[in-house]
Amino acid sequence: MVRILGFLAGLAFVGILLFTVITGAVSFVSDPPAATAEHEFHLHPKELHLASDGPFGRFDRQQVQRGFQVYKEVCAACHSLRLVAFRDLTEIGFTEPEVKAIAKQWAIEVPSINPETGEPATRKATPADKFPSPYANETAARAANNNALPPDLSLMTKARHDGAAYVHSLLTGYQAQPPKLLKEFPDSKTPPSLHYNPYFANLNIAMPPPLVADGQVTYSDGTNPTVDQMAQDVSAFLVWTAEPKLEARHRAGFAVVIFLLIATTLGFLAYRNVWAGVKH
Amino acid sequence: MSFPWAKHYEPKHPLMQWVDQRLPLPRLVYNAVGAGYPVPRNLNYFWNFGVLAGAALGIQIITGIVLAMHYAANGMVAFDSVEHIMRDVNSGWLLRYAHANGASMFFIVVYLHIFRGLFYGSYKAPREMVWLLGLVIFLLMMATAFMGYVLPWGQMSFWGAKVITGLFGAIPLVGPTIQTWLLGGFAPDDAALNRFFSLHYLLPFVIAAVIILHIWSLHIPGSSNPTGVEVKGPQDTVPFHPYYTAKDGFGLGVFLIIFALMLFFAPNMLGHPDNYIPANPLSTPAHIVPEWYFWPFYAILRAFTVDIFGIPAKLLGVIAMFGSIILLFFLPWLDNSPVRSGNYRPRFKQFFWILVVDVLILGYCGGAPAEEPYVMISQVAAAYYFAHFLIVLPLLAKLERPLPLPGSITEAVLSGHSGSTLSTNTNSAPSAPATH
Repeated sequence: MVRILGFLAGLAFVGILLFTVITGAVSFVSDPPAATAEHEFHLHPKELHLASDGPFGRFDRQQVQRGFQVYKEVCAACHSLRLVAFRDLTEIGFTEPEVKAIAKQWAIEVPSINPETGEPATRKATPADKFPSPYANETAARAANNNALPPDLSLMTKARHDGAAYVHSLLTGYQAQPPKLLKEFPDSKTPPSLHYNPYFANLNIAMPPPLVADGQVTYSDGTNPTVDQMAQDVSAFLVWTAEPKLEARHRAGFAVVIFLLIATTLGFLAYRNVWAGVKH
Repeated sequence: MSFPWAKHYEPKHPLMQWVDQRLPLPRLVYNAVGAGYPVPRNLNYFWNFGVLAGAALGIQIITGIVLAMHYAANGMVAFDSVEHIMRDVNSGWLLRYAHANGASMFFIVVYLHIFRGLFYGSYKAPREMVWLLGLVIFLLMMATAFMGYVLPWGQMSFWGAKVITGLFGAIPLVGPTIQTWLLGGFAPDDAALNRFFSLHYLLPFVIAAVIILHIWSLHIPGSSNPTGVEVKGPQDTVPFHPYYTAKDGFGLGVFLIIFALMLFFAPNMLGHPDNYIPANPLSTPAHIVPEWYFWPFYAILRAFTVDIFGIPAKLLGVIAMFGSIILLFFLPWLDNSPVRSGNYRPRFKQFFWILVVDVLILGYCGGAPAEEPYVMISQVAAAYYFAHFLIVLPLLAKLERPLPLPGSITEAVLSGHSGSTLSTNTNSAPSAPATH
């Protein structure tokens, strides 16, 4: 009885699915899905190699500090970094007095209240504060950016496929629309308030090119601040903000795997020892 | 509940004798996973995965309990509390990555455990109850994992919750009411998040309880083995301890190495980047996909794209998805071939490997965007999935001519054909005399 009912149910499922696949195939052939500009012209990120890559990866502190400088002088005008605190900067090689100074001199102040009146006010940041947002709220952010919302950057390299490589490619990927695209998809002309960038999912991004000229930032360590260099540095910085415990993880992992290899070898020998003499 | 030749628990130390007379708990453990449980001597490494699944559950419960001390189930702060764990809690990153990747490891070993059972016919009499309880555990695991994935309150958490509870919305007439009831609102929000957290904490302990029943029912007939021939005498078995505790110890080491490599060096490999974006009800992700362990079922759900006889495609998909698991409950009666082990069923063995590839294809399509050619491929693969269990297996049981079985486990072992290798060579007929 079970087998008869099962057989009938099986025939029903198989019948429906084969009917569906045939109708699907017919409509696929007779009416193939139209190609889209996003599908044809979207590019995968360029390769990017950072010191933090791989199982033994460590942050290149010089580079991460340069990336922080790019964030501070360029990105921070619009993008928040709300999960990172000033105190965390000691992890990338800043000393405590330096961190204190950075917090104190930060262009944006931290929301507070006036201790006398209770009125909303702002105060200087301290190392214990998270990086203050450049906008009071989402509405203010959208109002200042033509209704686009600059995303928080704390987790950006973990919140996009290919992480740091994506950020680097996006920052260096601004270009004029290829004539081929306009010829094949005349309706896909980038709207006036947007910017063409083939690394962005729908090709048109609201963010204007943030890194426009070599030397936009002056590095104190003598590195030549080309646009590509600045983009790489800020990508490295955002790897750190997204995964600040990366070095501890790699270190612990190395020790754990070595320990487990030894323990498992001993376990294997114990197993062989116990089973010696028992044919199986 | 064991073979007559099983060793008896004889406590030597007076303290243990005193305990045993008042609470025979050590005796229970001894008989369950100690020297008091005789096990076929020819088990291969595919028999390690039950213990590994238990270990994975233990890891999940321990890491989960500590994570719950730092997590806050409230839509306003849930996402940030997870990041607080990642950044500010001592070794919080270790706990969270262990828990997230531990779930994947749990499913990997459970899938291997299930396919072991499918190949060696472990679901057949007299072990039907073991199989049924195992499926109950599997369903509980899926519910637990789904609700756990909602807790970080990222984009995939939110939209996954919306899509999965939406499945119940496909039920005619009462569907939308049920969906609202499940979520405690019209969309996932604090009510849903809180109840998911509550149930996510509860269900692992229910799983642990069903595991006890699973093992209890296993110990009535005893473990199956790669030949599928039942134990005939003491020469066929060895005591669980130390023989299989030693073997499981080694297996556990290999499991932990793979787990550690993933946890420490590729912790986000199996996750989705969108879940690092806070949940936003106003912004739908381009592709909503569940965690990888649901992909085969997700592919079956999405394979139904056409309304049939007025039944909406979505409802058909929901029926098929649940049906794809429910039919496994009938497997012991669908496949009524008297031969258990696939090693002695040449045709079955071929179809088994087709099923393995089929499920992998379904999994791949389930993780891919819902566009051609993935939809058509998943439709063909889903058709085979149902055909395999509902049509092929019952027919095979009638039509297939199995290879001769060895007379006993010991005979198979001594002749060098213990079946303890899972060979894909269907021509490797055992040289043992056909006493069957």
